[in-house]
Amino acid sequence: MSNRLGSQTLTFSKVPRLLSSYTIVGPLEGKGPHALDFDEILPDDVLDQKTPEKTERLILEMAIEKTLQQSNTKIEDVHFLIAGDLLNQITSSTLAASTYAAPFLGIYGACSTFAQAMGLGATLLQGDFAEKVLIGTASHYQTAERQFRYPIELNIQHISSNHHTVTGAGVALLGFANQGPQVTHATFGTIVDMGLKDSQDMGSAMAPAAFSTIKQHLKDTSRGLEDYDMVLTGDLGKHGRKMLRLLLSKEGFSGLERLQDGGSQIYGDHQKTGAGGSGAACIAVMGLGYALNMLKSGKARRILVVATGALLSALTVLQGESIPCIAHAVALEA
Amino acid sequence: MEYIIAFLVGGAICAIGQLIIDTTKCSNAHLLVGLVCLGAVLSGLGIYEPFQEFAGAGALVPVMGFGSSITKGMLSELERLGWEGLFTGAFEITGLGLAAGIVFSSIWALLRKPQK
Amino acid sequence: MKPQEYQKLVQDNSPPRPIFKNMLWAFFVGGVICTVGQVVLNIASKVENTKAEASAVTLAVMILIGTVLTAFGVYDELAEKGGAGAAVPITGFANTMTSAAMEFRREGVLLGMAAKMFVIAGPVIVFGILSGFIVTLIKVLILKLL
Repeated sequence: MSNRLGSQTLTFSKVPRLLSSYTIVGPLEGKGPHALDFDEILPDDVLDQKTPEKTERLILEMAIEKTLQQSNTKIEDVHFLIAGDLLNQITSSTLAASTYAAPFLGIYGACSTFAQAMGLGATLLQGDFAEKVLIGTASHYQTAERQFRYPIELNIQHISSNHHTVTGAGVALLGFANQGPQVTHATFGTIVDMGLKDSQDMGSAMAPAAFSTIKQHLKDTSRGLEDYDMVLTGDLGKHGRKMLRLLLSKEGFSGLERLQDGGSQIYGDHQKTGAGGSGAACIAVMGLGYALNMLKSGKARRILVVATGALLSALTVLQGESIPCIAHAVALEA
Repeated sequence: MEYIIAFLVGGAICAIGQLIIDTTKCSNAHLLVGLVCLGAVLSGLGIYEPFQEFAGAGALVPVMGFGSSITKGMLSELERLGWEGLFTGAFEITGLGLAAGIVFSSIWALLRKPQK
Repeated sequence: MKPQEYQKLVQDNSPPRPIFKNMLWAFFVGGVICTVGQVVLNIASKVENTKAEASAVTLAVMILIGTVLTAFGVYDELAEKGGAGAAVPITGFANTMTSAAMEFRREGVLLGMAAKMFVIAGPVIVFGILSGFIVTLIKVLILKLL
């Protein structure tokens, strides 16, 4: 068990790296402050498809193709494809995966799927079970809205704690190489449920999960927040970000200025998206776009990506269940 | 003058609705159901008709008017037909609006897509 | 931290909603829609013979307006500002039907559009009829007994 640290953290001594990656976002995200960090900005969020579900599948496929192209890899050489999305039975991922011959592992972690996939991919590489693993997630505003919320054109007034699902996809190829950003640790989180039931404020529900995973990761690795140049949480949004800071400062953590949040930052304030972005693609495009660019340009040496997920369904909300949340962390180094 | 009254009364009903949404846990659905029931009850008590006489569209257009029309239809059908009126009356007045909603909604659903 | 403590922390830290601003917008948007209704009602009163017919025509026209604004993507923007001011008038009721019909059209005309058209408007109709039925029944029973 030499690859385990403490109770929840895995270390990867074989140095799995990100060989290539590709991020695609919709037009709204393309007008946000991080537009330059993304590889491709779609001209519209339909792409001539009959349904938004088809569009979501298509952008995941586009991102997979481009990722493979960038590292000149054939799909036959990929030993595992790990993917997930927000829809029931993760249909966008399974339909996209049906195009490719790689063994497919479909996972669901809501908005935390990306870090879960990356952690699992690195684990497969560390265990000598694979040489190349493709990971990817996608989400689409319209598909998430109709599954979890209301029809697009309904007369709903959004409030400041509402999230806006990111339209986009992020895919990365993990493998071994001499250079490139490396995955050093993964901390898989436990389910944290503080009994919150308000599906209109998922950020506050997810903050304790992010807190629990960050705290455990730092304890397992004997590090502090200061050891990271940036700790990028997934999609806590403006409310959740505030709650996470409160929780960390209550326990006496220092270095809170290292905290950044993908959901809060992907849209500008003028874009009227409530608390910010969410969705499986949010941390995928921010992690593979923003965080990776920081590493590549030398602005950061070490980044902790903490993807958070609210594991609720449209049914459990109506049945009055609380929102179980989870957070997974992966540490990246230049 | 009647335009000003319609504006003030209709606006006031909506503003109170907004206050309920913002200060309680009620969603839009709860609010609309509550207002429809209120309209139906007020009509049964004979209060809604004089109110509508005064406020015109200010009382007709808010969804309370829909509830009041249901009760009104039931009462008039009850007089005309006897107890069957309790069942035929619901759509006596509101049927037109519902049918219009169904027809127009279907047409638009075939012609247009939701957009963002 | 215990769940109850955290729930309280969330409650204490959630920013207040702009109640006054929201109410003002709801008042304005709702008021304008009702004024438009009054214009239609006045015109209808000249054409139609009875008051009931004039009201019915007015409602039909308002529903048409609501569905058109929904189909062209205006009504949800109106609601973003106006909140209850857009939801409470009968145009908002029409919007719930049209938006659901358009949204679920992709799952087919029969099981999508038609089956889901009343997914949001349904409760309003159900509870409207139930409350109307009960009120009418009570009224009749009291009148009979007296």
